[in-house]
Amino acid sequence: MSDFEPKIVAFFCNWCTYGAADLAGVSRLDYPPNFRVVRLPCTGRLNPKFIMEAFKRGADGVWISGCHPGDCHYIAGNYHARRKFVLMHQLLESIGVDPNRLRFSWISSAEANKFQAMARDVVEHVKACGPNTTFRKEDLKLGLAEVA
Amino acid sequence: MASHNVVGAVLVAGGGVAGMQAALDLANAGYYVYMVEKSLAIGGRMSQLDKTFPTNDCSMCIISPKLVEVGRHINVELLTLTDILSINGTEGNFTVTVRKNPRYIDMSKCIACGECTKKCPSKVSNNYNENLDNRKAIYVQYAQAVPLKYGIDAEKCLKLTKGKCGSCKKVCPADAVNYDDKPEEATFKVGSVILAPGFAPYKPSDFETYRYSDSKDVITALEFERYLGATGPTMGEVVRPSDGHHPTKMAFLQCVGSRDINRADNGYCSSVCCMYAIKEALIAKEHSGGKLDVSIFYMDIRTFGKDFERYYEKAKAAGIKFIRSRVHTVRPEPKNGVKIGYVGDGGVASEDYFDLAVLSHGLVITPDTKALSENLGIQTDHYNFAKTSTFAPVALSRPGFYGCGVYTGPKDIPSSVMEASAAAAAATSKLTPARSTLTKVINVPAPVDVTGEPPRVGVFVCRCGINIASVVDVEKVVEFAKTLPFVEYAAVTMFACSQDSQEKIVSLIKEYRLNRIVVSACSPRTHEPLFQETLAAAGLNKYLYEMANIRNHDSWVHANNPVEATRKAMDMTEMAVAKAALLVPLKENVIDVDPTALVIGGGVAGLNAALTLSSQGFKSVIVEKEQRSGGNANRIHSTTKGEDVAKYLESLKNKVLDDPKITLVLGSEVDKVEGYVGNFATTLTTGETVKHGVTIIATGAKEHKPTEYLYGQNNKVVTQLEFDEMIKSDDDAVRNSKTFVFVQCVGSREPERMYCSKVCCGHTAHTAVELKKKNPGARIFVLYRDMRTYAQKEDLYKEARDLGVIFVRYTLENKPKFSEADGKIKVEILDPVSGLRLLINPDMAILAAAIVSGRETELAMKYKVPLDEDGWFFEAHQKLRPVDFATDGMFLAGIAHYPKPMDEVIAQAQAAAARAVTVLTQPKMTVGGIVAEINQAKCSGCGVCVAVCPFSAISLDEKGKSVVNEAMCKGCGNCASSCRSDAPSLRGFTNAGLFAQIASAL
Repeated sequence: MSDFEPKIVAFFCNWCTYGAADLAGVSRLDYPPNFRVVRLPCTGRLNPKFIMEAFKRGADGVWISGCHPGDCHYIAGNYHARRKFVLMHQLLESIGVDPNRLRFSWISSAEANKFQAMARDVVEHVKACGPNTTFRKEDLKLGLAEVA
Repeated sequence: MASHNVVGAVLVAGGGVAGMQAALDLANAGYYVYMVEKSLAIGGRMSQLDKTFPTNDCSMCIISPKLVEVGRHINVELLTLTDILSINGTEGNFTVTVRKNPRYIDMSKCIACGECTKKCPSKVSNNYNENLDNRKAIYVQYAQAVPLKYGIDAEKCLKLTKGKCGSCKKVCPADAVNYDDKPEEATFKVGSVILAPGFAPYKPSDFETYRYSDSKDVITALEFERYLGATGPTMGEVVRPSDGHHPTKMAFLQCVGSRDINRADNGYCSSVCCMYAIKEALIAKEHSGGKLDVSIFYMDIRTFGKDFERYYEKAKAAGIKFIRSRVHTVRPEPKNGVKIGYVGDGGVASEDYFDLAVLSHGLVITPDTKALSENLGIQTDHYNFAKTSTFAPVALSRPGFYGCGVYTGPKDIPSSVMEASAAAAAATSKLTPARSTLTKVINVPAPVDVTGEPPRVGVFVCRCGINIASVVDVEKVVEFAKTLPFVEYAAVTMFACSQDSQEKIVSLIKEYRLNRIVVSACSPRTHEPLFQETLAAAGLNKYLYEMANIRNHDSWVHANNPVEATRKAMDMTEMAVAKAALLVPLKENVIDVDPTALVIGGGVAGLNAALTLSSQGFKSVIVEKEQRSGGNANRIHSTTKGEDVAKYLESLKNKVLDDPKITLVLGSEVDKVEGYVGNFATTLTTGETVKHGVTIIATGAKEHKPTEYLYGQNNKVVTQLEFDEMIKSDDDAVRNSKTFVFVQCVGSREPERMYCSKVCCGHTAHTAVELKKKNPGARIFVLYRDMRTYAQKEDLYKEARDLGVIFVRYTLENKPKFSEADGKIKVEILDPVSGLRLLINPDMAILAAAIVSGRETELAMKYKVPLDEDGWFFEAHQKLRPVDFATDGMFLAGIAHYPKPMDEVIAQAQAAAARAVTVLTQPKMTVGGIVAEINQAKCSGCGVCVAVCPFSAISLDEKGKSVVNEAMCKGCGNCASSCRSDAPSLRGFTNAGLFAQIASAL
């Protein structure tokens, strides 16, 4: 699986982690190009369905990142997000998706280095999980054929 | 002064956090602001901080929205690299002459790509990082700087000093470098002046004792702050400078250059060092995974602000050692680290080794600022801080001049921010006839209605010179964009943000009848507002815009992988187009604002708030539950500066009574509250209903009734306020007493009230001095835990000691023992210095009883504002929004927020009024845009959205269905992601739009 390049959907809040990614750019800190960012006003805007949608459409990983506890621009949105994350983390396991595909982090807009390190770490972890085949019809069929 | 002659503009000198707050409050209240800043960029000292106490908020994260707001405000004119030469004229009408020093960069052309810095050969010590690393001669002050424009350090540039090099001009893709830039003088007119020039950290080089100059492992606290910072020289890694190893044992030395008249001539307390040392100690410990051993050497721990005492307790619990001792010797060890010699309690001399010693250096006024004060004719005290009075805390000695921040005395960020708002109010109190005469408004053409039209998307892919184009194949991105659904037009631009590109976009929108715009360029955080203005200029609703960040998130970070970077740029553009196609025009509605304030509480805070509002031309109603106004101040004798409170209060009350714009309702409270910002309706217990646009809560607090030290058993034991009343009435008991014992922290800083009441130490020192002056033979003892005479009040503490007042320390575990025999009080206390037990027989004992909150739970619930665990009203943000509530239209002042002395109460009251004016000054308020809406057909009325909304913007209507109040919604989207039935939706970030983005990402 060494040549496997995962596709990851990232959800960043506008105020902290999106800012950290901006600063990583200003500081020219390179990291793997495997994820695509959906900008949200707040991680509190993250509907659990977005995570499911990403996996359903074949994302190999999902990364959610917002402000540190206490730093939320909207007072407490990141706490709401954390609760949803914990729920989704457990739910994924029960439907057969490796929960390691889903990551949650807190990165402030000044932490470009942390952003770079986390970006690398997320990609590496998802790589280790291999391609996400849970929702692919052809793989499902193959699985059934093997059983039969 | 003829009122028709006043100028509707204000000069703000200094672009730190205080200057920025003042500028924003002024500009949002209808005044044009000239902001003069000496350096390349605004942000001041706060931009250098890693975290802020006591919440450990990331400093840059909380300051950068303010930086951007100031930088983009149409009525704030930023003059960077500028010095004030002279200010002539009189209150209301000044002529300011400034010199704009050359930047050598054309700000209108610089795109801050950084190509110049890469090529610049000249390395210069980096003052942003306290000279711990190097920058180049062409540089930006810091990565998030505003304005984000480069500048050349003329003293270090090879071209400007020796006529060699010229690399930056060659590589600049925007042709922004101009070596022939010259200083320019400019003059402009203002009605008043706010000085916020800030401070410099004390340079400990003079202290041979601390070996700062010759030991690498002795550093200052600001240097340590930079080591902790993610953008610092080690990117947040805590190192010992001598060898780069992680320290295992470190020490903080407090009061370096503060409370010291031997070496530093700075007798004052710098007010912030105890807290920042605790903060740095906690964060360093966190960075080291808890393994770091930290000691703090101190004289008194001064954690007197809101939530500070708990922070101190948290540090103790985290294992940080607090050693009460002034260090006498620092001895560098042969290789690394230092030995610190000190004398502890009981006179025991000790010596200990530390890998790293951090000097908690104080705040000082710079020679430049001193010269500025002299030049402008501003009176200063013997420490060079600008003089102010308790009753006019932001007014400087020269009429028309106001000061805020450390310029008027050492203080922390929230106090500076409060003063800044107060200064904005005070500075404009005589300029109201000129309000809105010099401010600009953006004229936009009438919007074109595109509802119902199929999406016609225009895509602009920016080269950003070579910043994007050298990595991403922008032509390929454009060709790809043309294949996407709904895309009518796609093209490459050189610099999408340049003036000519903007004009071109406007004409292309018209030519191709584009109704959605996507710009693939840089960050929406910095550039979205600019492009939204472009849309508005073309008559398009500004929300029909989406951005793909193919520079910061792509070309700049994947420079080594152009193929993948191009693929990513295509995906990002596709995601933006997919979302854009689903965008709809968003309406912004206007609501009326009732230009009246309701002030709850008629103490010094409430009365001042109302008077400030009146000076700005706004009516207010003060509701006071007692039968007289004035609150606790009715009982106070004099201020720490010796001013007569009774006289002041009388004139304050008379001013309020004489003011036709103020209605004072005594003996009444709030009964029922309806409405929201702009349109509150509050019914009082007297039955009348007040319609108001804003509310200021100034309900005060009360003195704790002590339950110890014979209080209530012996009538010679009184509280501080009771003693003040006795002084006021010239009570015989005071005159006939010879021995006085003052006991500090009675009920404060104990487990049930883990906070410092802030005012007592200063007031006690002041009272002791007054007693001694009147009766030099009086024997006065002050029993204290830590003397907290912060800022210039330290002078009183020293004066008291000089006059012979005896200060004896006690601990919570070893409190003074009071007993009574034949009506005489006997006090026993163990003196920790001598180890001896002292016996005092005072004629009177004065207890510094805690200030306790009114815990106004009902009032808080009526206005949907929070209280903290001690019952203080809880502000929107402890650092940067100290007088606002998170709920719009709600403001806070005085000791209902937290105990504070009268000068700070008045400053906060003026600040609350200033903040309120930013709402009241708009006859109509714009609401809407990116806010939530409810599809009531899907709503089951479960109330989840009501519960998760942090701004109380959602409620259930009479049918039991949710409704959003657009005036209160901030657009976070918590409701939209928490509803089981998808009834709420966040405009601009709808489920459909986000699903489309997710689908295009894969």
